[in-house]
Amino acid sequence: MQVDFSNNYFELFELPVQFDVLQDQLDTRFRSLQRYLHPDKFAAAADAEKRWSMQAASFVNEAYQTLCSPLKRASYLLTLNGITLDEETDTQMSPMFLMEQMELREALADAPDATDPYVALDKIAAQLNAGRTSSADEFREAAQQEDWVRARTVVRQWQFLEKLASEVQSQEARLDDAH
Amino acid sequence: MALLQISEPGQSQAPHQRRLAVGIDLGTTNSLVASVISGSASVLKDENGEWTIPSVVHYTESSSPVIGAVAQEQAASDPHNTIRSAKRLMGKGVSDVESSWLFDHYNFDLDSGSLPAFKTAAGNKTAIDVSAAVLSALRSTAEQTLGGDLVGAVITVPAYFDDAQRQATKDAAALSGIHVLRLLNEPTAAAVAYGLDSGTDGVVAIYDLGGGTFDISLLKMQRGVFEVLATAGNTELGGDDIDNVVAEWLLKKAKVDAPSDPGAGRLLLRLARSLKEQLSNASTVAYSEKIHDVQYDGSLSIEEFNALVEPMIKKTLAPCRQVLRDAGVSKDDVQAVVMVGGSTRVPMVREKIGEFFNQPVLTDIDPDQVVAIGAAIQADVLAGNKPDSDLLLLDVIPLSLGLETMGGLVEKIVPRNTTIPIARAQEFTTYKDGQTAMALHVVQGERELVDDCRSLARFELRDIPARTAGACRIQVLFQVDADGLLTVSALEKESGVVASIDVKPSYGLSDGEIEAMLRASMEHASDDVHKRALAEQKVEGARVVEAITSALQSDGDQHLSDSERVAVDGLVDALKLTLEQDNTDAIKQAIEKLEHGSSAFVERRMNASVKQLMAGQELEDLERTLVTSNDVTENNS
Repeated sequence: MQVDFSNNYFELFELPVQFDVLQDQLDTRFRSLQRYLHPDKFAAAADAEKRWSMQAASFVNEAYQTLCSPLKRASYLLTLNGITLDEETDTQMSPMFLMEQMELREALADAPDATDPYVALDKIAAQLNAGRTSSADEFREAAQQEDWVRARTVVRQWQFLEKLASEVQSQEARLDDAH
Repeated sequence: MALLQISEPGQSQAPHQRRLAVGIDLGTTNSLVASVISGSASVLKDENGEWTIPSVVHYTESSSPVIGAVAQEQAASDPHNTIRSAKRLMGKGVSDVESSWLFDHYNFDLDSGSLPAFKTAAGNKTAIDVSAAVLSALRSTAEQTLGGDLVGAVITVPAYFDDAQRQATKDAAALSGIHVLRLLNEPTAAAVAYGLDSGTDGVVAIYDLGGGTFDISLLKMQRGVFEVLATAGNTELGGDDIDNVVAEWLLKKAKVDAPSDPGAGRLLLRLARSLKEQLSNASTVAYSEKIHDVQYDGSLSIEEFNALVEPMIKKTLAPCRQVLRDAGVSKDDVQAVVMVGGSTRVPMVREKIGEFFNQPVLTDIDPDQVVAIGAAIQADVLAGNKPDSDLLLLDVIPLSLGLETMGGLVEKIVPRNTTIPIARAQEFTTYKDGQTAMALHVVQGERELVDDCRSLARFELRDIPARTAGACRIQVLFQVDADGLLTVSALEKESGVVASIDVKPSYGLSDGEIEAMLRASMEHASDDVHKRALAEQKVEGARVVEAITSALQSDGDQHLSDSERVAVDGLVDALKLTLEQDNTDAIKQAIEKLEHGSSAFVERRMNASVKQLMAGQELEDLERTLVTSNDVTENNS
């Protein structure tokens, strides 16, 4: 990217570099940055300014979307601390966790045939939500203690949960469409 | 002439020197043009006093195409040369046309080139040509009413339009000589008109059922900022489909088969449409009409009509559920449900959507005008007529963008409902030893298999250094601009080999094709094309001179050395000189030279102002910081 936004996302939003963020502050800062940078403010400008505005606004959007999502925020904090996730090469996971995931996946596959598929999906979603909340808690704690090895393990498990949650949503959408 | 309205370089623009900009609602059935005049947005009337023109074009062998109501009158007598609902084929390929209901109503040429075309007396016409003709008519209405050349237009598109459909719309504008300030999503335009009018803050749902397309958008409005949370829809669902089911019902009642004569088909659809419209205010409607040899007699009750349209309304509910889910918003959080588009006049639509959202829907704004009005408001801001405006629209892409990976699967790079503009990069590796090229296939859609998604473009990255499989790292960058249009580039990281593409070839036009079409259309054009091109280039040149001069005045000394300053000043003077003469190419070249020569200045300047902004020195920003620190206190207590 041509524009040198050397600040990290937290600094861009005037937030302390930590897992917990104040959503109100994030939103307010986002709007004030976009009020200044957005391509709509440069519609009558020279092409170089237009290009700059598009890149700057893209950067702010990416930063905002990263900070708004707890999982993306956690992954970003890992990156800032020099930790990579290596999703493809590193496949070691706790057997306990993998077992739970398999059970949840089976439940998801069976959900469409349940007496009330929506209830079945809701049950899985509730389990996943509980898992996401405890992931966030565990990450916060690990990050505070600067235990990045543990923080990394939490994020990798959390990614599984998030993926499954989005599959629950797609299942719901398919059910809706079938009605 | 707009040229005269641009201030002399260095002078600030006086308030009355407005740049003429319009909002255009390019609809499936009807189109409108609106503009902000003396502070308020209104729809412009054409020479016949009509504020809406049917999106219908009648082609003849000898003369220029006829557009609007006059064209529509030819629908029954000259059906194959009278094209309507062309919007449904924008950005579509041959197979899409074959499955469209329009296929039965027109003669198509599906073999001649990359785009399917209507066969008419004036030759083959693509959906882009037809839309361009409608846009030209709107442009001349606007220029006559406003008394000058347009600086540009905001053209609305269904929020659910994919990249190919958006690109086709932009191509049509280029063909009609309109500079597109922005492609704006129709529900977002409606929200602007509604929100600025009502002063509502909070989450609002815009339900937009038009002649041929359906959109549902959820927006968060706060102090002039309109942030789209999620959007969904169906680009092949609308009033046309209601007409079709009513026409089928009429045939069944009369116990006859569908007329083989296309003229009779048009008359039958017209009867169906008229019955539909009457049922917006009546409980039953009688009809008696002879169409060619068949006599249609009887009456249609609102109950029968409701039964016919209910399946369609049901089809709109799944996207409604989807936006709520995608935005993570419950029905109770929705503060208002605004009805947009002519088809929301059908009472059953209002009733069912009210039931769905557990609240009465808002119907007090004119569903036909609101989109054009919203577009006009944004056009006024984008043209620079309202420098202090708080209005800011943050829109999203409606469908995920991705790349084909091994096994015909799709890797999503930018998921749907991502706020634009956005840039996302993803790394891929080579999968064979010694591989020196990589084919990239860009697709759009939600499905996991490539075949189920819309193919947008294919391109190749060549001259990759030959290594073992997995050793080369190829970064693919997706950049979506504020119009929702995608550019993809690929870079091999070690060698620096680059390939990039503006995504348009699959169903759009190449720049060469646009040029050829422009030239062809010029032969039929009534006005002097060269004069127009010159005038447009002069407007553009004056704009560039003004932008650079005012920037130089405010902080040129700060960012440029003396010699750099002299160089830029020289380029500005050179451009000014060409503006006094009548050489289009010379102006164009002078603009390019100036833009190139001043790019370093522009970049330094922008970076400096961002630093300033981030340091909290902007007044507006200071205020916000104060508000924010109060929030912090509250949250901590």
